[in-house]
Amino acid sequence: MATKKYLLGIFDDEITLMKAVKGVRAAGTKIYDVYTPFPVHGLDDAMGLRHTRLHTAGFLFGATGVLLMFLYITWINTVNYPIIVGGKPYFALPAYIPVLFEITVLSASVGMVIAYFVRNGLSPIRQEPPLDSRATDHKFVVAFDAEELSGEMDNVKELLAEHGASEINEKEID
Amino acid sequence: MFVSPIREPLITGNKDYHQITEDIARPTEGRPQIGWIIGMGIAQVALLLGVFMMLWTIWYGIGTWNLNRTVGWGWDITNFVWWIGIGHAGTLISAILLLFRQKWRTGVNRAAEAMTIFAVLCAALYPGIHMGRLWVPFYIFPYPNTRAVWPNFDSPLLWDVFAISTYFTVSLLFWYIGLIPDLATLRDRAKSTLRKNIYKALSFGWRGSAKQWQRFESISLVLAGLATPLVLSVHTIVSFDFATSVIPGWHTTIFPPYFVAGAIFSGFAMVLTLMIITRKILHLEDYITIGHIESMNKVIILTGSIVGIAYTTELFVAWYSGNIYEQYAFLNRAMGPYAWAYWIMMTCNVFSPQLMWIKKLRRNLVATFILSIIINIGMWFERFVIIVTSLHRDFLPSSWTYYVPTFVEVGIFIGTLGIFFTLFLLFARTFPVIAIAEVKSIWRTSSNQAIEKFQQQEEAEAAAEKETATV
Repeated sequence: MATKKYLLGIFDDEITLMKAVKGVRAAGTKIYDVYTPFPVHGLDDAMGLRHTRLHTAGFLFGATGVLLMFLYITWINTVNYPIIVGGKPYFALPAYIPVLFEITVLSASVGMVIAYFVRNGLSPIRQEPPLDSRATDHKFVVAFDAEELSGEMDNVKELLAEHGASEINEKEID
Repeated sequence: MFVSPIREPLITGNKDYHQITEDIARPTEGRPQIGWIIGMGIAQVALLLGVFMMLWTIWYGIGTWNLNRTVGWGWDITNFVWWIGIGHAGTLISAILLLFRQKWRTGVNRAAEAMTIFAVLCAALYPGIHMGRLWVPFYIFPYPNTRAVWPNFDSPLLWDVFAISTYFTVSLLFWYIGLIPDLATLRDRAKSTLRKNIYKALSFGWRGSAKQWQRFESISLVLAGLATPLVLSVHTIVSFDFATSVIPGWHTTIFPPYFVAGAIFSGFAMVLTLMIITRKILHLEDYITIGHIESMNKVIILTGSIVGIAYTTELFVAWYSGNIYEQYAFLNRAMGPYAWAYWIMMTCNVFSPQLMWIKKLRRNLVATFILSIIINIGMWFERFVIIVTSLHRDFLPSSWTYYVPTFVEVGIFIGTLGIFFTLFLLFARTFPVIAIAEVKSIWRTSSNQAIEKFQQQEEAEAAAEKETATV
C-alpha cells in the first residue's frame, strides 16, 4: 500500500474544535475526518455529514424478522403439525404475540449491530491504525488528506493555528 | 452547553478529560487490590461448591433435591426468578434512563449492565439443570427435527425461552457496543504489546471518527428504545409461567406489573450493593457520588412502594373475590407454616424501604448498603413465598407437606453467587467499570467545576448589572 500523508490539527476541547471545524469549512477546505474521545453533539452537522440510516435498517430487520416468524409459527401450528393444546384453536394469534415480540426485538437488534459493525468498518482483525492515539483520551483531532490539500497546506495550517489548535502535525501512514 | 446550577454535580474533584481516563482506567492496569484478591478467593470457593453440587445433581438426578409431588418447584425456580429479577436493573438504567436523558446513569450504567448479563447467566443455569436432561437442551428450540414434533407456541414456558435468550443477547450487544470506545481508550494507553493486541482485538479497531460516533449515538438510542419494552416483557413473561396456571395465589392478573416492579426493586438493590463496594475499592468516589446513590434510593422507594401496593392488592382481591380457595391461599401465606417467610418478606420489602423517605438515610452509605442487602434477602423470600407456600398445601389435604431444601439445592445457590461474583470481579479488572466516553460527555455540564464556573459567571454578571444600575 502506498503511504498516505495526513495533516492533523489537534485541539484541547470540543468548543474550540467546533469553531475550528466551522471556520475551516467556511474557508472551503475539505476535512478528511474528525476524531474525538466522546460524541460531540452537532459535530456531524458542522462537518456536513449525512444523517445515518442505521435506524431505518433496524426497522427493516425487525419487520422482516417478525413477518418470517409469524409465517413460521403459523405453518407449524396449522400445516405441519396441528395439535390441540388446552382446547385452543390451531391458529391462536394472541398466544403467538410474546414470541413474535421477542423475535422483533432480537432481529432488529442483531441486524442493526451487524450493520453497525460493517458500516463502521469495525473488525477484530482488519484494522486501520489510529491517526493520533490521544484521540481516544483527551485530544480532538481534525484530519486533512495531504494530497487533496496539495498547495493549500500552509494556508490550512495558518487557519488551524488561528482557530486555537494546540498542535499541528503531519503524519504518514502506510 | 447548559449548566443547571441547582442540580448536584455528578463528577466531583479537580478533573479534566485526561484525568477522567486515568482514574477509570487505573483499576484495569497494575496489580489487583487486596480487597479484590480476597473477594476473588471467596467467590472461587463458592463457585467450586456450586459446580460440585451441579455435577452431583446431574450424576444422581433431581432426586437429590427435596422436591416432591406437591412442591414441584422449590429453590430452583425461586433462584431462577431472583436472578432474572436482579438482571433487570442494568437494562433499566442504561435503556430507560437514556430515553429519559438522565445524566446520572453515566456513572453506573456500565457496571449495572455487566451485572445484568452475569445475573441472567446465573438464572439461565437453572433451567439447564432442572429441566432434567442437560445434554439435550436444544429440544426447547423450534427447528425441524427427526422427532417430528414442535415446542408448544401457546405455552409461557416456551415464551420464556425466547424472552430470556433475547434479553441476554440484546443486553450483551448493548453493553458491548458501549464498551468498544472505552476499550479503544485502553488500547491506546496500553504499554505492553500483549495488552495492546488484546485490547486491539476487543475494541474492533475503533477510531472515534465523527461518522462512527454518529452511528454510535443512533444505535444506542434505538437499542435503548428496543430494550425498554424488552425489559418489561421479560419479567412479564416469567410471571406468566405462574399466572397462566390454575394454582390459587398464582392465577392473578396483577402478576406482570407486580413482577416487573419487584424485579427493578431487587435489581437496584443489587446495583447499590455492588456499586458501594466497587467505588470504595477502586477509588471511584468522584464518579459515583452520594448523589448517584440517592437517585438509586429514590427508585428503590418507588418500586418498593409498588411492590407493597401489589401485596396489599393481592390480599384485598382475595377477600373481595369471595373465592374461598384464593382466600385460603393468602391466609395460609400470612398465618400458615411458612408465615415466617411471609413476614420476612413483608418486613424487608414493604416496611424497610419506607425508611428511605428520610433524606439523611438516603445519603448515608452504611444505611444504604445494609438496606440493599435487606432488600436482596426480602426479594428472594418474595419468590420463595409465592412459589412454595402456594404449592405446599395443594388440592388434596393428604398430600400437604412442608418443604425444606437439601444441601445440594443450597450448594447450587451459593455456587451461582460464586459465579456471579467471579464474573463481576473479572470484569472490574479487565474492563472500565464506568463508561469513560459517556462521563467525559457530561463533564462540561455536570461536574462541580462546571457548576462553580457557571455560578461565578452568574455572580459576575449580576455584579456588572448592579454597577450599571447604580451608574
